[in-house]
Amino acid sequence: MTQASSLYTGRRLRNQAFKLLSIIAALIGIGWLVLILSTLLINGIAAIKPSLFFEITPPPGEMGGLANAIVGSLIMVVLAVIVGTPIGIMTGTYLAEYGRHTKLAYILRSLNDILLSAPSIVIGLFIYTALVMSTGHFSAYAGIVSLAVIVIPVVVRTTENMLLLVPNSLREAAAALGAPSAYVIRHVTWKSARAGIITGVLLAVARISGETAPLLFTSLNNSFWSLDLSEPMASLPVVIFQFAMSPYEAWHELAWGGALIITVAVLGVSILARLLGAERK
Amino acid sequence: MAQDMQFANPKVGMEPAVPQDKIKVEINKLNFYYGASQALKEVSLPLYDRKVTAFIGPSGCGKSTLLRVLNRIYELYPGQRAEGEVMLDGKNILVKPNDVNILRANVGMVFQKPTPFPMTIFENVAFGIRLYEKLGKREMQERVEQALTRASLWNEVKDKLNESGLSLSGGQQQRLCIARSIATKPEVILLDEPCSALDPISTAKIEELIDELATDYTIVIVTHNMQQAARVSQLTAFMYLGTLVEFGNTEEMFTAPKDQRTMDYITGRFG
Ligand SMILES: Nc1ncnc2c1ncn2[C@@H]1O[C@H](COP(=O)(O)OP(=O)(O)OP(=O)(O)O)[C@@H](O)[C@H]1O
Ligand SMILES: [Mg+2]
Repeated sequence: MTQASSLYTGRRLRNQAFKLLSIIAALIGIGWLVLILSTLLINGIAAIKPSLFFEITPPPGEMGGLANAIVGSLIMVVLAVIVGTPIGIMTGTYLAEYGRHTKLAYILRSLNDILLSAPSIVIGLFIYTALVMSTGHFSAYAGIVSLAVIVIPVVVRTTENMLLLVPNSLREAAAALGAPSAYVIRHVTWKSARAGIITGVLLAVARISGETAPLLFTSLNNSFWSLDLSEPMASLPVVIFQFAMSPYEAWHELAWGGALIITVAVLGVSILARLLGAERK
Repeated sequence: MAQDMQFANPKVGMEPAVPQDKIKVEINKLNFYYGASQALKEVSLPLYDRKVTAFIGPSGCGKSTLLRVLNRIYELYPGQRAEGEVMLDGKNILVKPNDVNILRANVGMVFQKPTPFPMTIFENVAFGIRLYEKLGKREMQERVEQALTRASLWNEVKDKLNESGLSLSGGQQQRLCIARSIATKPEVILLDEPCSALDPISTAKIEELIDELATDYTIVIVTHNMQQAARVSQLTAFMYLGTLVEFGNTEEMFTAPKDQRTMDYITGRFG
């Protein structure tokens, strides 16, 4: 009896200690997040004013805004998604619907997983060699391609997973009516997996919105107003990087403003993705 | 000429069960394999035109497998293959050059679990029609209404045709799937335990529907419910471990089975 109760006391103590450790760990984790977000909010909100959205990036030390960087980011992100999404969805569809157990699908899936976890700076470097060195100048095109290369594996993976969740009974039911496989995929399987596939695309948007490394090598930056895709193009992450590293106070402020804009945008996209995900269930 | 064919199976008796009827599908020495494991062994039986044939037998005996050969749906999965003959109107459907999609449009199938597509009730029914017919808006509406009426679902859904098919109850979903299958006007309808998820009222409705459909179609129904088999079918096939044990007139089979295993099964001694 005494032995049993001492066993029990020991277990209870260990239980308490374990709980305490978990709580401390959680607080440390969340603490950092709170610290980052509050710093961002305090510094960022001070920078949010109309000029931030309507004026272009200023020369060193002067006042200005981020209009060209915001528009540049929008253009490159949107085009990268437009380029990357169809490729990603078609590849994911091949993996889940046609390839499934084939060797080719196995190889593609492994390659995609490597691409998915490849550091974005490597992708930037590759596009730099392939598109910037060969053409002799930085361009928005190169930036778009490198972002698209990041979009593709994310979309491939989510599309495949979402399609695999569609029960075979649905495919059978459609095929049993005499629908050819391409028709079944377009009208039944994709429709069932729609919310999940869109969630994947949104996650890819969130992922590339903050990417800096691949853009540094490709679209670089542009302190002027430019919509020409064959020219270098400003983007929020690169401008933040450049301005934050500078010694100028006005540039620092703009960098905080840009950081807040990106964070809010990414947060918004993530929430949207979550809502869609919840709707699916 | 198909009418005169004798059954290859020795247990089946010498004369065809319902000799005056035309044979719609003639299954001949059918073997089926899931990879290396054989699920059907030398199965031979006829399906008569405008008659309901019930497949009964203990779980795992190959009823669904046999059904899935009749519209070649098994081909969706690599590794599954069928050998032998399945003559539909005198043509072997297992021979490759046949267009499998046209075959499936002619041989409808309703599954055990309802499988409404993620689209409106109307679109669910129109789905199959659209594949092979170009109809105007009015004609399409008529066809959809006709199919839903035959499946005795029209009254319940006529005011919400634009709602999702997924919003219906299980029994309604199953009737929707039946409507979807008959909307394309197939010649043969395969039903794999269509009532297993349904309440007695929906079951009764579907049995009524089967009776009615049998005036136009050749129907095969897989069921675990002996009373149901007795109620809806004119012919019954009893299967056991991948073989056809006995086939014949439903009434005879349930009153005087020829094989001991059939007797044991229908009296509930095993399975
Ligand atoms: N996809 C599959 N892969 C491998 N074996 C299978 C597969 N589907 C069925 N089988 C096997 O084939 C045999 C027949 O299965 P089938 O589904 O036709 O039985 P059933 O008579 O319909 O049974 P139930 O009444 O339970 O539905 C079983 O032994 C089963 O294990
Ligand atoms: Mg079955």
